[in-house]
Amino acid sequence: MFKWLEENTPKLVLAPSFIAVMVFVYGFIAWTAWVSLTRSRLLPKYEIDGFIQYDRLFASPRWDTAFGNLFIFGILFIVIAMILGLLLAILLDQNIRTEGALRTIYLYPMALSMIVTGTAWKWILNPGLGLEATVRGWGFENFTFDWLVNPDMAIYTIVIAAIWQSSGFVMALFLAGLRSVDGEIIKAAQVDGIPTWRVYTAIIIPSMAPIFLSAFIVLSHLAIKSFDLVIALTGGGPGYATDLPATYMYAMAFSRGDIGQAASSAMIMMMVVFTIVVPYLYSELRSKDG
Amino acid sequence: MSKILEINNLFKSYGPVEILKDINVSIDQGDFLVLVGPSGCGKSTLLNCIAGLEPITSGNLSIGGQDMTTVSPKDRDIAMVFQSYALYPTMTVAKNITFGMKVRGVDQATQDEKLAYVAQQLQIEPLLKRKPGQLSGGQRQRVAMGRALVRDPKLFLFDEPLSNLDAKLRVEMRTELKALHQRLGASMVYVTHDQIEAMTLATKIVVMKGGIIQQIGTPAEIYNRPANLFVADFMGSPAMNLIPAKAVKNGIGTAIQIERNGNTPIVLSDTKNLDLPEDVILGVRPEDISDASLRANNETQEADCVIEIVEPAGADTFAVMELGGKHVTARLHSETSAKAGETQRLAFDLGKVSYFAPDTGKRLN
Amino acid sequence: MADYSMHTVRNNNPIGKIALRWGLYVMLGIFAVFYLMPFFVMLTTSLKSLDEIRTGDLISLPREVTLDAWRTAWSGACTGIQCEGMRPYFWNSMLIAIPGVAISTLLGALNGYVVSQWKFRGANIIFSLMLFGCFIPFQVVLLPMARVLGMMGIAGTIPGLIFVHVIYGLGFTTLFFRNYYVSIPSELTKAAKVDGAGFFRIFWSIFLPLSIPIIVVTVIWQFTQIWNDFLFGVSFSQAGTQPVTVALNNIVNSTTGVKEYNVDMAAAIIAALPTLLVYVVAGKYFVRGLTAGSVKG
Repeated sequence: MFKWLEENTPKLVLAPSFIAVMVFVYGFIAWTAWVSLTRSRLLPKYEIDGFIQYDRLFASPRWDTAFGNLFIFGILFIVIAMILGLLLAILLDQNIRTEGALRTIYLYPMALSMIVTGTAWKWILNPGLGLEATVRGWGFENFTFDWLVNPDMAIYTIVIAAIWQSSGFVMALFLAGLRSVDGEIIKAAQVDGIPTWRVYTAIIIPSMAPIFLSAFIVLSHLAIKSFDLVIALTGGGPGYATDLPATYMYAMAFSRGDIGQAASSAMIMMMVVFTIVVPYLYSELRSKDG
Repeated sequence: MSKILEINNLFKSYGPVEILKDINVSIDQGDFLVLVGPSGCGKSTLLNCIAGLEPITSGNLSIGGQDMTTVSPKDRDIAMVFQSYALYPTMTVAKNITFGMKVRGVDQATQDEKLAYVAQQLQIEPLLKRKPGQLSGGQRQRVAMGRALVRDPKLFLFDEPLSNLDAKLRVEMRTELKALHQRLGASMVYVTHDQIEAMTLATKIVVMKGGIIQQIGTPAEIYNRPANLFVADFMGSPAMNLIPAKAVKNGIGTAIQIERNGNTPIVLSDTKNLDLPEDVILGVRPEDISDASLRANNETQEADCVIEIVEPAGADTFAVMELGGKHVTARLHSETSAKAGETQRLAFDLGKVSYFAPDTGKRLN
Repeated sequence: MADYSMHTVRNNNPIGKIALRWGLYVMLGIFAVFYLMPFFVMLTTSLKSLDEIRTGDLISLPREVTLDAWRTAWSGACTGIQCEGMRPYFWNSMLIAIPGVAISTLLGALNGYVVSQWKFRGANIIFSLMLFGCFIPFQVVLLPMARVLGMMGIAGTIPGLIFVHVIYGLGFTTLFFRNYYVSIPSELTKAAKVDGAGFFRIFWSIFLPLSIPIIVVTVIWQFTQIWNDFLFGVSFSQAGTQPVTVALNNIVNSTTGVKEYNVDMAAAIIAALPTLLVYVVAGKYFVRGLTAGSVKG
């Protein structure tokens, strides 16, 4: 009896976490998937009724906006954050005296809750009292910056706030990557007389391909999960103009009492993440094991 | 007196892959057994099986006369030194050495006594309060040995303990290890891929390849009478020359005929009573080919050989020639008159040669 | 890239070199302003009176520093029906975060230890499954979790939130420890086994003392994640058990009464202080946590 315990201790120790993950992650995903195929409203029903929830979802104009916003926001956020992060990393890599302090400054927004970020930017972009008023006060009477309450432009305020929050992280990633490039390759290039900027474009940046990938994965993950920021900054408004799948799901689940819709929208979010993350994880695990 | 280590018909597989096949070996108290072979031959796996760190698929294993096939490592009365020394990085040298005793609940006084003894034996007294990170490679080696010594076990196991040291240090530690063995009279099982280490340290060598034992014997046996082509080629540096030849019985014995490119074959006459097939591989060590003028005993046969390259190496000069389509190395005296491109009369000591069958690789004489 | 950059510019253009250098610092400075500006604005706004805010300038320093907004934010602001300020919710977050961090870190350490040092068949599959769990959007577990918490009787309670954060933090903490322990040679465990130590002994005496750097990284990461969380907080808490992020959102988005922007800002800073403090004090470990596993060595 004791010998069995002793031999199997590792498995027994891992078991609770494993069971927890199986139940609370995979089991729950299965439950949500199941419910997304039913006619559940306020309470879950369990008879499968086919894909009506998805039909309703794709026919809903609110979802259309939300899903479209995901792409607008996602693409802009990821691209600009990566460019900005790379730029800052390259600048900081130039043997700057105050590098430590600057790194701290660029990165601190990551330590904040997205609610805090949203609150701060909501104030800054406040049409009557924020940036617009300030610039007008400087004499530019006709300056308008009412993006926050403009249905067409509001989504871009979210882009700005998200970039502010996360570009420091991308910078940290890229800076670490820049510095991990083999110094001897750079010396060889120097001896060959290649100018600095060329060394960056032709040698360093291409060798950082895996880091671009990591940054992309993390940023897209952040984009898809964006819920806190939208709630704090615009509440999904004006109207539904800045709705994202995450806010749509929450509204369906807890305000509208439409669990079927909540489940189906959650599953769509799940699938989007799935298609991005699974290939990445697969290749990562393959190369790390062996 | 029972054997200190006895392994019978040991097989080990990882799933479908057989790593060790039918291993049978035993040693007496005081033996220094070396498991030697190329990477992947299974020697480390066998050592781990002896230690109990890996389970055996079939067969049995006993230490000190007691069956240990399913016993866990801590109850086998063994101590082990690892290639990377595996010292506990956050503990001082003293704590590293006494950790095992602490786990077993040995009282403090005994712990201190044994620690002092071992520290003095290995001359590591000044290092006792340091952490492994502050020690040099050689010092860490000693501490790892101290940790093993303090257990006073039936069997010491070493897994390539010298591989991480630089060449000079390796030679020093080898000598120390041998001295330790002689002083303690301990039984040791040692794994290495370095055949020089095997030859210098062992009282008994097991040559392994592909999970199968190729030969078990004393260093002299392995060196002078290798059991097959693999052992002949693997052990000894520079390697034994392995020359394809034809064997034809003549009136006085067997004529060994070796072809040469663009030249007449040389014929050596072996007068011993041999029963060789027509195609053989002649195995002759470089030191058994010498200047004809210098060596003469009953068994030598002389031949004129065209020297291709001459490599002076201090005390010796190596001469390379082509025989039987192979590059053959002879170890000549440093003052030899051999020159590249010229012919030199060389003597082959047929009393020391080995004959192998080309198809099976097995030894024929 | 240390000595490389500017030394290749030839010395026959010293003015160009200095200009380039200046340009570099100016750009870095502009970005620094971009990142600092929001916090600066938050701080100054929180110290202004409402009148000043209405008339004034976003980026001006307060003409008259007043701490009224801070007092209100801490103990008087309204988060719905209650008007107790952030104080009770600040303690809620502490009550959630501290046990949550401790438990998930300990479990992550044990799990990482098992997966990296005690390989058994299926260990890697289990690890992969746990790893994938890190990446799911939590929306997909909100509904069933709400039901299960109800069935367990801990819906809307602090222990309920601790439970949720531990479960969904396990993936990351296990990842951190596993990546750290994987680089420790297995011979160390073997030597300890030969010395007679068992599973827990080896963990306690050998691995834990080695783990200080990764423990710090994990604790900082988990604390930041749990303290800053909003989604679980708003989904699984009730009026009295809400964390500080939910309270902040309630204060800022409350529809009753006059909008007190200075109070909003003060409340935001209160919510941000702990993680900000952790960042300032132990920032480099924070960065290590962010880049752990993301940068290929």
